[in-house]
Amino acid sequence: MRSCRWRAAGLLATGALLLSACTGPKAAEPGAPDAGAAPVLDGPLRVAVISHGTAGDAFWNVVKNGAEEAGRQLDVQVEYQSDGDPGRQAKLIDNAVAQRVGGLVVSMANPQALRPSVENAVRAGIPVITINSGEQQSAEYGALTHVGQNESLAGERAGERLAELGKTKLLCVIHEAGNVGQAQRCSGAEKGFAGSTSTLQVDINNPADVQARIRGAVQADGSIDAVLALNSQVAANAVGGIEQVGSPAEVATFDLNSDVVAAIRAGDVLFAVDQQQYEQGYLPVVFLKLYHDNANVVGGGKPVLTGPDLVEKGDIARIADYVERGTR
Amino acid sequence: MSTPAPPLTPAEPDERIAKPRLADRLIVRPEIGALLGAAVVFLFFSVSTEQFLTGDGVATWLDDASTLGIMAVGVAMLMIGGEFDLSTGVMTASTALVTATLATQAGWNVWLALLASLAFAMLVGAFNGWLVMRTGLHSFIITLGTFLALQGLNLGVTNLVTGTVQVSGMRSTDGYESAGFVFASTMNIGGTEFQVSILWWICFAAAAALLLVRTRFGNWIFAVGGSPVSARAVGVPVIRTKISLFMLTAFAGWLVGSINVLRFASVQANQGIGLELQFIVAAVVGGCLLTGGFGSAIGAAIGALIFGMARQGIVFARWDSDWFMLFLGALLLAAVLVNNTLRRRAERVRR
Repeated sequence: MRSCRWRAAGLLATGALLLSACTGPKAAEPGAPDAGAAPVLDGPLRVAVISHGTAGDAFWNVVKNGAEEAGRQLDVQVEYQSDGDPGRQAKLIDNAVAQRVGGLVVSMANPQALRPSVENAVRAGIPVITINSGEQQSAEYGALTHVGQNESLAGERAGERLAELGKTKLLCVIHEAGNVGQAQRCSGAEKGFAGSTSTLQVDINNPADVQARIRGAVQADGSIDAVLALNSQVAANAVGGIEQVGSPAEVATFDLNSDVVAAIRAGDVLFAVDQQQYEQGYLPVVFLKLYHDNANVVGGGKPVLTGPDLVEKGDIARIADYVERGTR
Repeated sequence: MSTPAPPLTPAEPDERIAKPRLADRLIVRPEIGALLGAAVVFLFFSVSTEQFLTGDGVATWLDDASTLGIMAVGVAMLMIGGEFDLSTGVMTASTALVTATLATQAGWNVWLALLASLAFAMLVGAFNGWLVMRTGLHSFIITLGTFLALQGLNLGVTNLVTGTVQVSGMRSTDGYESAGFVFASTMNIGGTEFQVSILWWICFAAAAALLLVRTRFGNWIFAVGGSPVSARAVGVPVIRTKISLFMLTAFAGWLVGSINVLRFASVQANQGIGLELQFIVAAVVGGCLLTGGFGSAIGAAIGALIFGMARQGIVFARWDSDWFMLFLGALLLAAVLVNNTLRRRAERVRR
């Protein structure tokens, strides 16, 4: 027992010693990051793209394709990493900083969680460009620029278009519970639509459940005449669910894939709000290359918008091939 | 002087008091397989990547291992006691949400909010344990229920209170700085910033290990995990021990939740889902048996270390992230197989 007590005392002492060398996280608004540290800018440019997409997500695969294609064309080494958990995404950023990459591209679905890591990268002299989500925090955290679609604006545009098409009651389907961008799309749609709007929560990982719940919702309220999906897979499920119960509702969606292209062509889906995420992978690599070679910055403090681009039946012939090859 | 009697079989002393060889003594330790695995993973990435051994590199993988390690240790203790807890992953989010909601929405001091979320965690842990003991159902089923209930509660309450799916704004709450210092500060060692969570991990694992191997309560844990019936027969308070273990696991969830919410200053309602399996995996890699009664807290901490080193090492090695999970799976299988072989040998040594 004696040795045990000594060991415990030793442990406590080491703990106290280590704690005395601690620095707490900064509260509230920390000052601007130091501009002192010089970026590591010799040798070939290496860019880490760190997104919040889960592995195997079709949407993020297009972003990855865009970044890698830009890397090939511009002779930039591009590495793509992703993790849907904000804490682990932050660790991937720390990891890239430890590797002293030449540039960092980050999607900020949960900006606050990434803040220390992004600011740390900026302090280390690594140029950061944010993509997809986190537009509002981008400049504040010290990023060069933001490349993405404004989710509220895109939702608003979709709502307006549905209203133009004569719809009166809208159901907005949220498929990721923790995603702020999706909530913004739905509230944007509500604003643009101006009619009656409700939201439905489904789980993207379970397509059967998605279909059943959408079916249940349109069955329970026969006056719903428009369903807005925020993901192409959900759109396909919605079309299937509505067909089963013979509801008059029609589907519009965010994001493209070959199923959506086919559905638009067949008239099952009214339109897709395309944020052209290929650009969100491609442009940041170009911007970082320009910054690296020529100290250029793009956007003048404002975000560079990649969408929304509404794809309707008339546009589909041109776009189908690009969707097929994974660039739209 | 008569001739001395010939010594009693000096070549073969009684096996019960025999001093086993060093190798045999090592092999009966549950954590030895994990230690070997950790050494292999460490050497592999140290040799094959440049950044793995740099200060920043070490800080990155230790950081990744730390929060996972705290949970793995808690889960390992419970597993040695013969039970599972599937609500642990979600518990890290629930406690963080309670803290964040009380601090940002109700304007509580962060320390008070932390106390409240600790009380909440203890209640859920005690409820899990009580229900398992009361109903006699497998803890797998009971905690699956808690897992789903908490998941729904997290989303529902968060949406109700904040109108969105995450709670943020912790940085401008009362007491954030002092609480942040305790749970989310960084230590500068040799010019590299190390997260304080690493210290929490080491302390928690050490405390759990002492509790397990040096105290009467530790003996009770092994006893209730090995055979609750015999444990009860020799006077071990089975119910009290198991409920305490569920509360200990919940405490680990609270600790990790607090570290996360203070470090990231926000919580997402769907955070933590799926992590419970990683905790169990880390504990198993660390030498815990799924059947209970065998395992170690230090082993679980090392299991988490393997996880962290591999996860960040793969990034350092610049492998295509598409193959990430495959590598992780292969690694875990290898670790478990090595453990299994060693354990069989260990059982032979014991006999």
